Amino acid sequence: MNGKGALTLTLVIISNKIMSFIKIKGLYKIFGPDPKRVFPLLEKGLSKSAILEKTGCTVGINNASFEVEKGEVFVVMGLSGSGKSTVIRCLNRLIEPTRGVIEIDGKDVMKMNPASLLECRRKTMSMVFQHFGLLPHRSIVRNVEYGLEVAGVDVETRRAKALSALELVGLKGYEDQFPGELSGGMQQRVGLARALASDPEILLMDEAFSALDPLIRANMQDELLELQASMRKTIVFITHDLDEALKIGDRIAIMKDGEVKQIGTPEDILTDPADEYVRAFVQNVDKSKVMSAASIMRKPQTITIPKDGPHVAVRAMEKAGSSSIYVVDADRKFQGLLMIEDAVALEKKGIRDVRAVLYTELYAADPDTPVADLLSRAMTAKYPISILDDQCRLKGIVDRATVLAEVVGEDHEDTSTVPLERLLSESQKVDLEEINHG
Amino acid sequence: MDKIEIGKGFEGIIDWMRDHWGIIFDGIVTGVEAILSSLVWVLQGPPALVMILLFTALAWRVSGKAVAGFTLIGFLLIHNLGFWDPTMDTLALVITAVFISLLIGIPLGIWSAKNDTVNRIARPALDFMQTLPAFVYLIPAVLFFQLGAVPGVIATLIFSLPPCVRFTSLGIRQVPHDIRDAAISFGSNPKQLLFKAELPVALPTIMAGVNQTIMLALSMVVICGMIGAGGLGNEVLKGITQMKIDLGFEAGICIVILAIFLDRVTQELGGSRKNENSKKH
Repeated sequence: MNGKGALTLTLVIISNKIMSFIKIKGLYKIFGPDPKRVFPLLEKGLSKSAILEKTGCTVGINNASFEVEKGEVFVVMGLSGSGKSTVIRCLNRLIEPTRGVIEIDGKDVMKMNPASLLECRRKTMSMVFQHFGLLPHRSIVRNVEYGLEVAGVDVETRRAKALSALELVGLKGYEDQFPGELSGGMQQRVGLARALASDPEILLMDEAFSALDPLIRANMQDELLELQASMRKTIVFITHDLDEALKIGDRIAIMKDGEVKQIGTPEDILTDPADEYVRAFVQNVDKSKVMSAASIMRKPQTITIPKDGPHVAVRAMEKAGSSSIYVVDADRKFQGLLMIEDAVALEKKGIRDVRAVLYTELYAADPDTPVADLLSRAMTAKYPISILDDQCRLKGIVDRATVLAEVVGEDHEDTSTVPLERLLSESQKVDLEEINHG
Repeated sequence: MDKIEIGKGFEGIIDWMRDHWGIIFDGIVTGVEAILSSLVWVLQGPPALVMILLFTALAWRVSGKAVAGFTLIGFLLIHNLGFWDPTMDTLALVITAVFISLLIGIPLGIWSAKNDTVNRIARPALDFMQTLPAFVYLIPAVLFFQLGAVPGVIATLIFSLPPCVRFTSLGIRQVPHDIRDAAISFGSNPKQLLFKAELPVALPTIMAGVNQTIMLALSMVVICGMIGAGGLGNEVLKGITQMKIDLGFEAGICIVILAIFLDRVTQELGGSRKNENSKKH
């Protein structure tokens, strides 16, 4: 009897030490008329779409498990429909999970009765929403104190807490305005202040910055990180944006079709993607193979011969601030590139016909060529690649920068460059010129 | 095939209800009459000019100068034409009917927003109520409550109930997901969710429903003149049956003035908050 008690005690101590703050195990959420029918099918390994067809049920979350440490920023990333928003809503039971275990600080959220669930929502965790979810009829400060108000905190205490939360997010002085009077970024600060007002241990952020424009979004990310450095909250952050995930996540979980595909630090995910899906997500690998030249080309500046001569060409180039211009004939058949110095020379000599001086050492490609195939040519060519149709009509041009932007991050076997360190150690006499050529 | 006796069956039901539920109907009559007579007392008690000034002040406060000016001139005209008392009778009927209508309609609307089964039952019932010709409501009202103001109020409140239920239900269903989720995630219990988040957010829509209810009630109250409900409807009826074109026309003008006043004032009640919040957009 005595020994058993001691054993239990040790177990508790050990589990307290290693226990994660949030623990999700075997979580399922199935939307639809009869979720029980779906489990045997899932065990058989049927896909999400096959199950939808067979039972009319949508698999929102399929056997998701992860643990979040105290004070950690845990990012759940996935595309829309991957189940990431469902997962975060299961944590505070905005959505009732169909099956599984959710533990927060050792307490089973699934087994909580309505009263303790309310208590948990009021004290332990709070949420920030993509579209802010502010109450339009309440002033900013009354929005921020909402959680404290429903918890029955007295007016003075909650007002003081709300004001200090507003100060924390940099919105001091805005307390008497209404949500409709603030910009999106400021509204989301209010959302953040509202979540911080009750000083919860857990922040659930559901695409919190996705509705903001890029600059404000980057600002908000920085500020969240700053706040986090001093607050050390446990944050579960949902996003569909890889850059955001890499920037703010201590660890990232990648979800697809309701399943967690990989969990790891940003470094883990980038260097060692668990499967093809993660690889594609991380490296945009399909993009350059799927995208055609036509989809990235831009319209070049052109003159038409024989109607236009050097005067028109020079004027057009000066106006655009470019040093060359594309020359086409009346049928838009591509003739060549006219350089500004040649055009000026012709102008001085009073010659109207530009055909003699056209530069034609150019590369052309079909509009349907995959961007990936243009890569090597685009890198070495002096001038942009001309995109011509089957009748040699100029459709557009693709320059180096455009191609690069499309294929950045692509998983090419890299043979054209070598690490500088290796070269230096192999031979001391290698000079920079050789490195450049190598 | 023999004719299916829908009419006779209906008559049977009415008779049965009258025989067995007499006490309930008596109670309703007493209650409605109490509200109605106290309203008439309030509206007709003070001198007409005092009331006109009060109405003008109300219009000014709620809807601004233009509506206030219209109210002053319009109500003075009503007074001048000698229709002040019937106009106040009509207003009392409208207010009584709308008051009871909202008392039933708003909770019903909330219920049908929260409960899909209720919504499924309520919708066809409301469709039925709205498409039934207004006169048909006079029949059961008269059967249960005889002639006079009370059956007028009853017929009116039934006729004007649907928009109130519909708009309330719609308003609550349209509360954005994020707002509802936010209210729940911060620990609102169902009552706090309703009163602190859903109803305030739905208020502009609900007020649009109230406005519709009032306008429908006014149109029905006039028809109720046919069953002796009194007020302006009575005057119009006199105009028709006794070929007094002048009387009918003047009463008609009074109805229009009252209608515009009620519409403008109640429209602003719902709209003002919306404008306030979207000022900077």
